[in-house]
Amino acid sequence: MVTNEPEGGATTWTVADTKNLTINGERKEGTLIAKATGRIDGSNAREFQDALETFLEGEISSLVLDLEGLSYISSAGLRVILLVSKKLQRTSAQFGVCSLSASISEVFQISGFDKIIQTHSTQADALSAVNT
Amino acid sequence: MEPPYKILVVDDEPDLEPLMLQRMRRDIRKGQYEFVFAHDGNEALECLSAHEDVDMILSDINMPGMDGLTLLEQIPKVDPEIRAVMVSAYGDMKNIRTAMNRGAFDFVTKPIDFEDLRVTIDRTLRHMAEWRDALATRDKLVAIQNELGVAQKIQLSVLPTEFPASDAYEIDGRMEAAREVGGDFYDVLRLENGKVGVSVADVSDKGVPAALFMMSTLTLLKGSAIGLGDPGAVLTEVNTLLEEENEAAMFVTLFYAVFNPENGLFTYSNGGHNPPVIIHTDGSSTVLPATNGVALGIAPGYEYDEAAVTLAPGETIILYTDGVTEAMNAEGEEFGLDRLCQVLSESRPTGAKQANTIIFDAVREFAGDTPQSDDITCLTFRRSES
Repeated sequence: MVTNEPEGGATTWTVADTKNLTINGERKEGTLIAKATGRIDGSNAREFQDALETFLEGEISSLVLDLEGLSYISSAGLRVILLVSKKLQRTSAQFGVCSLSASISEVFQISGFDKIIQTHSTQADALSAVNT
Repeated sequence: MEPPYKILVVDDEPDLEPLMLQRMRRDIRKGQYEFVFAHDGNEALECLSAHEDVDMILSDINMPGMDGLTLLEQIPKVDPEIRAVMVSAYGDMKNIRTAMNRGAFDFVTKPIDFEDLRVTIDRTLRHMAEWRDALATRDKLVAIQNELGVAQKIQLSVLPTEFPASDAYEIDGRMEAAREVGGDFYDVLRLENGKVGVSVADVSDKGVPAALFMMSTLTLLKGSAIGLGDPGAVLTEVNTLLEEENEAAMFVTLFYAVFNPENGLFTYSNGGHNPPVIIHTDGSSTVLPATNGVALGIAPGYEYDEAAVTLAPGETIILYTDGVTEAMNAEGEEFGLDRLCQVLSESRPTGAKQANTIIFDAVREFAGDTPQSDDITCLTFRRSES
């Protein structure tokens, strides 16, 4: 199930909950935060992409992708992050990824993704980086 | 399905034919319906075989010879996709129920109300059209699956299965493709002055786009490797060419190295790929240090560094994809790099081919019945003892 940010009211919401993956949305001081929990591989990369794209529908100035609850990401998942990063770049919006576990961090390092996507150790770091 | 729709009417009453043609004359003139008539079940089956383009059947139940209920049982043997509407006496629930159980699509009662019959015929034809559409879609799906099979064959066919024979080294490459078309590849290139280039790569995602991306990478790599030589320069060029037209944000992790048999130097550049591992002669292992690379196709103008190690005689280097290290067993554990090193340390293979057999056997044994989700690829390079 995919839903957009609710009108007013709640500050956190669920965007997707499917196939070992949950994406929650949150808004903090004008920055959208997408929290991914579970694992991302070829079987649910499409759902991951659809969920992240709901965040890009409006005019947004910054997006933080929080991967604290993520246990695994395959190259198909990395590709989705790259797509989102490219789309945000086109509109000059800020993008950062934060709270990578040791194994996810290793994937970012080996693939060199840490050189093309801003990564931060904590959500607070990411928020201050995208807001400056 | 295009009009006129051909309707086979089965009834033993001779009056029905002129009546039907008269009452449906407007639909016939408009080119909507076309009728063929039969007078019992046997004649109907003959007619069905002769006119393959019959779209539906309208049949009486009580007829001499083969009756309508027997006909219903026989129809699927001639054409399993055709639908029949039965005509029964008003209130004859027993026969109507039997007819429905035998696969009749609908029924109308006698005396026939032709307006009601027209509605029933149209609904049946609509259903037939949708059903045939669904069948066509299913056939297309089968065709696509065949196409995927073809793509997989292409992918496998471009991978070398024979390797340069040399006194200085032995090379063996192997890939076990996942059910879906993946994007792994390896290659071996003979270069100038007895040098040899080896590569292993993994394209993001799966399916036909991944296979096509893999093919272009393989071709670009071959061209650049022969033209430029140095692994860092090769990766820099391949990346630039791949990145130029890459709207889909696909990428490929690629490890490329050149071995010089004169001095044992193994010069490499790593574009975001799992670092290969060296198995030393004493069974210990070393992971090749990274070279500050990024997966290819996504970082415009990126300059790839290179590094070099000297392979001692008898040392083996394993180039692999994550299909090896991320192969899972029933408990959800991964095969892992440590296990790969351990297996090779314990078995001390004396050749590249033997090493690959040991690796693939170990992965298979570890995974057991757990379905393979990714291509498993290994290219093993061994410097000969002397």
